[in-house]
Amino acid sequence: MKFTEQQLTEVGQIIARYPEGRQKSALLPVLHMAQQEFGGWLSAETMDYVASLLHLEPIEVYEVATFYSMYNLKPVGKYLFEVCHTGPCMLNGSDDIVDYIYEKLGIRPGETTADGMFTLKTAECLGACGYAPMMQLGMHYREHLTKEKVDSIIEECRKNAASVN
Amino acid sequence: MGRKLLLEKAHIEGIRGYDVYRREGGYRSVEKALKTMSPDAITEEVKKSGLRGRGGAGFPTGMKWSFLAKPEGIPRYLVVNADESEPGTFKDRYLMEFIPHLLIEGMIVSSFALGSRVSYIYIRGEYAWIVGILEQAIAEAKNNGWLGKNILGSGFDCEIYVQRGAGAYICGEETALLESLEGKRGNPRIKPPFPAVKGLWDCPTVVNNVETIAAVVPIINEGGDAYSKIGVGRSTGTKLISACGNINKPGVYEIDMTISVEEFIYSDEYCGGIARGKRLKACIPGGSSVPILPANLLLKTAKGETRYMNYESLSDGGFATGSMMGSGGFIVLDEDQCVVRHTYTLARFYRHESCGQCSPCREGTGWMEKILLNIEKGKGKMSDINLLWDIQRKIEGNTICPLGDAAAWPVAAAIRHFRDEFEWHVENPEECLRKNYGLANYARPIQPAPVGEGAGTA
Repeated sequence: MKFTEQQLTEVGQIIARYPEGRQKSALLPVLHMAQQEFGGWLSAETMDYVASLLHLEPIEVYEVATFYSMYNLKPVGKYLFEVCHTGPCMLNGSDDIVDYIYEKLGIRPGETTADGMFTLKTAECLGACGYAPMMQLGMHYREHLTKEKVDSIIEECRKNAASVN
Repeated sequence: MGRKLLLEKAHIEGIRGYDVYRREGGYRSVEKALKTMSPDAITEEVKKSGLRGRGGAGFPTGMKWSFLAKPEGIPRYLVVNADESEPGTFKDRYLMEFIPHLLIEGMIVSSFALGSRVSYIYIRGEYAWIVGILEQAIAEAKNNGWLGKNILGSGFDCEIYVQRGAGAYICGEETALLESLEGKRGNPRIKPPFPAVKGLWDCPTVVNNVETIAAVVPIINEGGDAYSKIGVGRSTGTKLISACGNINKPGVYEIDMTISVEEFIYSDEYCGGIARGKRLKACIPGGSSVPILPANLLLKTAKGETRYMNYESLSDGGFATGSMMGSGGFIVLDEDQCVVRHTYTLARFYRHESCGQCSPCREGTGWMEKILLNIEKGKGKMSDINLLWDIQRKIEGNTICPLGDAAAWPVAAAIRHFRDEFEWHVENPEECLRKNYGLANYARPIQPAPVGEGAGTA
C-alpha cells in the first residue's frame, strides 16, 4: 500500500499549507485521499500508512477516523448512496426514497448488495434542504429525487461500472 | 423589492470566473482597503455597519474583531467557517457555489484588517465539489495579484487555503472547528480562553461565517454608515435566508430585514406560498436549533403585532412565544405534517452529532430520541411528555458548547406549543400510525389577554 509519486507530492503540498511542525493538520485531507485511493474505506493498514506519512502515532489517526462520519470503517459498495433523512428532507419524502431503494436493490440502510455494487446509508442533514429529497453519490449531490430519478441513477451506475470493466 | 448586496450579481453569466467578477466591480474593496485604509479603520467601518455574525449567534462582528489579541511576533489567523450543517441552512453553499470570488474578496480585506497572513476556509466535507470552485477562485485571485506577496504594493502578504472537513456538525462550533483544523477530533474547547486570545495552534484567531465575511465587501465599498441604514434597528444590512420544507419556491433569498414573515412566506418574490395549496401549520424560522412556532405565533407576535424577518422581531416574546433568526434556515411545515415525527428527526440528528464529551448531551440526546420515536410509533406514555421536558431542561446550559442547547430547544418548543399533538399520539396509539394530527387549532388567531386581567398581570 503506497500513494503514487504524484499523490505524495500532493500530500507535501497539503502539509505546506500549515506552519512548520503542524503537519497533523493534514490528517483529514490525507484520510480523504487514502479512502478514495485504497478501496473506498479505511482499513487499519491504511490508517497506519497515513500515520507513518504524517509522523503520527496510529492512535491519533484512529481516533480521528472514528469521529467523522465520512470515513468508512468497513468496506462499502462501489457506489455509495447516502440519503439525507433529517427534518426538511423528511418533510419532502426522503423515507419514501429509502423504501424505494430497498424495493429496487433489496438493501436497507447500512447494507450492501450481494454483488458489491451498491451500499445504502442514511445521512444527517447535508445542506440541500431546499432541493429535497436528495442523496450524496461520490463527490456530488443528486437532488429533487423521485422514483424515476433513482431508477436512472442506478442505471447510470451500472453503465459506468460496465464501461470500466 | 429590497436591496441586494451579496447576491445581486450572482445570476450574471460567468460570475463564478474572475474576469466577469472583476468587470462587474469585483475586488474594488481590496483596492480601497489596502491603498487608502488602515487595518483599524476597516475594523471601525465594520463596527459602524452593525454587522452581526451570520452563522447563527448574531454576535457583532466588529466587536469580535476588536477582541483579537495582537502580541508581537505571534501570527494571527482568520478562519472562515463554511461548515454549514444546521438543518434547514444552505445559504453559504449557494454563495460559495455561485459567487465564490465574493468570499475571497471579503477574506482578503478581513485578513488585512486582522493581520492574518495565512487564512483558512474550513468547509464541510460533503461540499466536496465546492472545494474545487473555491480553489479555482483563489488561484485566479493570486494570478491577478490579489493574493501572495506584497499585495498591491501595500507590503501585506496573504495566502488562503481550503480545508475540507469530514462530516461532523459539531465542527461548526468555532473551537471544535479549530480542533478539527489541527487534525483532531472535533471536541469543543472550554472557554475561556477564547479563540481571539488562543485559537488556531494557540495563536489569536477570528472565526467568522462565510456570509459575514462576504458582507465586509459592501461595507467597505459603501461605508459602514450606509450599510447600517439598510434594515431596521440592530438588524442592519441584508440577510441570506434559505427557505425549505413545504413551500412553492424553496431556495436562497437575500432580504433586507424589513419584510414581514407573512410576506416572505406568501409573496411570489420569495417562498410563493405553501406547496400544493395546503395551509401553514408551523415553521422553524432560523435553523433546526431555534424554537418551532405554530402559524398563529409565527405571523403575529403574542401581542398581536406583525412579525418581521429580523433578529428582534423573530425573538419577540422570548422562548415563550417567540423564536430566533439563527442561521436563516427557514423550515416550513404544512397542515399534513406531524410535529412529533419532525421533532424526532431533529433529536436523532443531534444524537448523531453530539461529540460525546459532556454527559448531559451525550446521554440526553439519545434518550430524547428514543422517547420521541416511541411516541411517534404509538408506544408512548403520557408521563413521557413530562420526562422529555425534564431531560431537555437538564441538558440546556449544562454542556461545554451550545450543541446541548441546540438539541434541547427544538424539543422544548415542540412540547410547549404542540403538547396536544403529543398527547393525541399517546391517546391514539393506532390511529397515529395511519394519519397525522393535522392543522388542529394551530393557525387560529391568538387573542391577546386584555390588559389588567388574569393572574400576574400588573
